[in-house]
Amino acid sequence: MKRQRGLFVLAAVLLLLPLALPNAFYYDIVIRMMINAVVVLGLNLLMGFAGQISLGHAGFFGIGAYAAAILPTRYGWHPLAAMLGGALLTAALAALVARPIFRLRGHYLAMATLGLGIIIAIVLKNEGAYTGGPDGMAVPALGLFGFALDGEKQWYWVFAANLLFSVWACRNLVDSPFGRALRALHGSEIAAQVVGVDVARYKAAIFVFSAFFASIMGSLSADYVGFVTPNVADFFHSIELVTMVVVGGMASIFGSVVGAVLLTALPQALATLEGWETVTFGAILMLFMIFLPRGLVPTLAARCWRSR
Amino acid sequence: MALLEVSALSKAFGGVMAVQDVAFSVDAGVVYSVIGPNGAGKTTLFNLITGVYTPSGGDIRLDGEAIAGVAPHRLAQKGVARTFQNLQVCMNLTALENVMLGAHLALDRNLLKGLFRAPGLTRADAALRDRAAELMRYVGLDAYRASAASAMPYGALKRLEIARALAVQPRILFLDEPAAGLNPKETTEIDALVRKIADSGITVVLVEHDMKMVMNISDRILVLDYGKKLAEGSAREVRRNPAVIAAYLGKAA
Ligand SMILES: Nc1ncnc2c1ncn2[C@@H]1O[C@H](COP(=O)(O)OP(=O)(O)OP(=O)(O)O)[C@@H](O)[C@H]1O
Ligand SMILES: [Mg+2]
Repeated sequence: MKRQRGLFVLAAVLLLLPLALPNAFYYDIVIRMMINAVVVLGLNLLMGFAGQISLGHAGFFGIGAYAAAILPTRYGWHPLAAMLGGALLTAALAALVARPIFRLRGHYLAMATLGLGIIIAIVLKNEGAYTGGPDGMAVPALGLFGFALDGEKQWYWVFAANLLFSVWACRNLVDSPFGRALRALHGSEIAAQVVGVDVARYKAAIFVFSAFFASIMGSLSADYVGFVTPNVADFFHSIELVTMVVVGGMASIFGSVVGAVLLTALPQALATLEGWETVTFGAILMLFMIFLPRGLVPTLAARCWRSR
Repeated sequence: MALLEVSALSKAFGGVMAVQDVAFSVDAGVVYSVIGPNGAGKTTLFNLITGVYTPSGGDIRLDGEAIAGVAPHRLAQKGVARTFQNLQVCMNLTALENVMLGAHLALDRNLLKGLFRAPGLTRADAALRDRAAELMRYVGLDAYRASAASAMPYGALKRLEIARALAVQPRILFLDEPAAGLNPKETTEIDALVRKIADSGITVVLVEHDMKMVMNISDRILVLDYGKKLAEGSAREVRRNPAVIAAYLGKAA
């Protein structure tokens, strides 16, 4: 099955990778790559495929993370119920703001989503009675069917399965009638409209869906780390996610994975530069945008195609 | 009753009356052409009828139902389809996908079913793929079945828009200058295609500058000038109308 070739390769890599991971530190980095990859996949549906933007996605991630912390701690919810509750809350919030927000385009849309993300981050920081304020709060452990999940090695498989499923599902979606309409409204909004695509509804739907995605990953990541701070909902985290989409490649499923892997690894690799890491990081991003403006995976794919 | 009835239709852009007090009706099954010099308001008229613009005044009825100001995606449900004078092709899709997009409303668009690749949905989509390929053949684009839209020449893209509009399975099809920018041979082919579409029972409303094509193909012709109706009638009547000759044909011929 040619269609699923990429998926098989990813599955093989995920299966074999633990053999190459020497210790918990490396497991942790890979897990973070996988968490980012899934959030970036959802964001790429909105940005790359539907041609919209969200500079507030870390806000949705943050709601999920805090739902995983607050609902079990203060209200005794099961962590899985908390995850679902947080995701539904996030989806409801996204749906509420989607209609007015998606009347806007381009820079205005960027500003509106930016504002939304910042508001969420501020609420999480200020509602100290519930969220622990700037210090954050502990997250109770996630148990599944009587097993407590702990240790990077167990979590690795949870996130690996999660990533594999997400890649499979996103590719399905993109190829489905819904996905086709989404890509079409990116290509020509008016063309999509006159064949019957309710453009406003599709934009709202994919926004809500990718927010839901981000929230689930926020919860899982909080469960994994065992602690949340308001930083997860930070503006900088939103920017990081958008950068991963762009570097990996807009409208590229595997680009999302590659972007997340690279930009999660890069700061680690640069850590030895002592003080210059941020500058180097910025410089690398600029080089990327100048020489690979379409993103890594689409550019390389096009090159391979041509050289055949 | 006529399929399409337009009365006292107007559209103002600031101070400019792009369409002013225009009335006409289109019977089912005909080829109805709208002609007029550049800037006469033909595209604006199409945009008003297909819901892209909201009229400043007047009434539009499709099969007796008032449709002025109804959104384009709702009109598609009612069997209205169109092409664009300035190409509106989704360049990020393949040619085939552009045509498949036309059948959007005939498919199950559920997000979750798409996500999980529901078998029924996949089957319907595969069937549509065949139908879309068939439509591409119908409009003469067989050679481009595996192409990306962005790799196609201009003339082929004009046809691709027609194939996409046909995939809507319209009752009434609006073609805005389908032969614009084409060479004489391609124009003849488009002429034949429009005729074929009309013969299949779809009502065609056509804007076109190529007079030979218009005079050949049209059952009735509406002449616009500065947003106003100048004349209306059969090709013979319009050709002989002194006002038309003065304002339009005189200049062109
Ligand atoms: N969106 C708009 N905003 C402002 N003015 C517009 C708009 N669309 C059209 N007009 C004006 O309305 C008038 C009619 O334009 P329209 O495009 O309908 O003409 P047309 O008959 O299609 O011309 P052509 O043969 O060149 O395509 C023109 O004066 C044009 O400048
Ligand atoms: Mg025009």
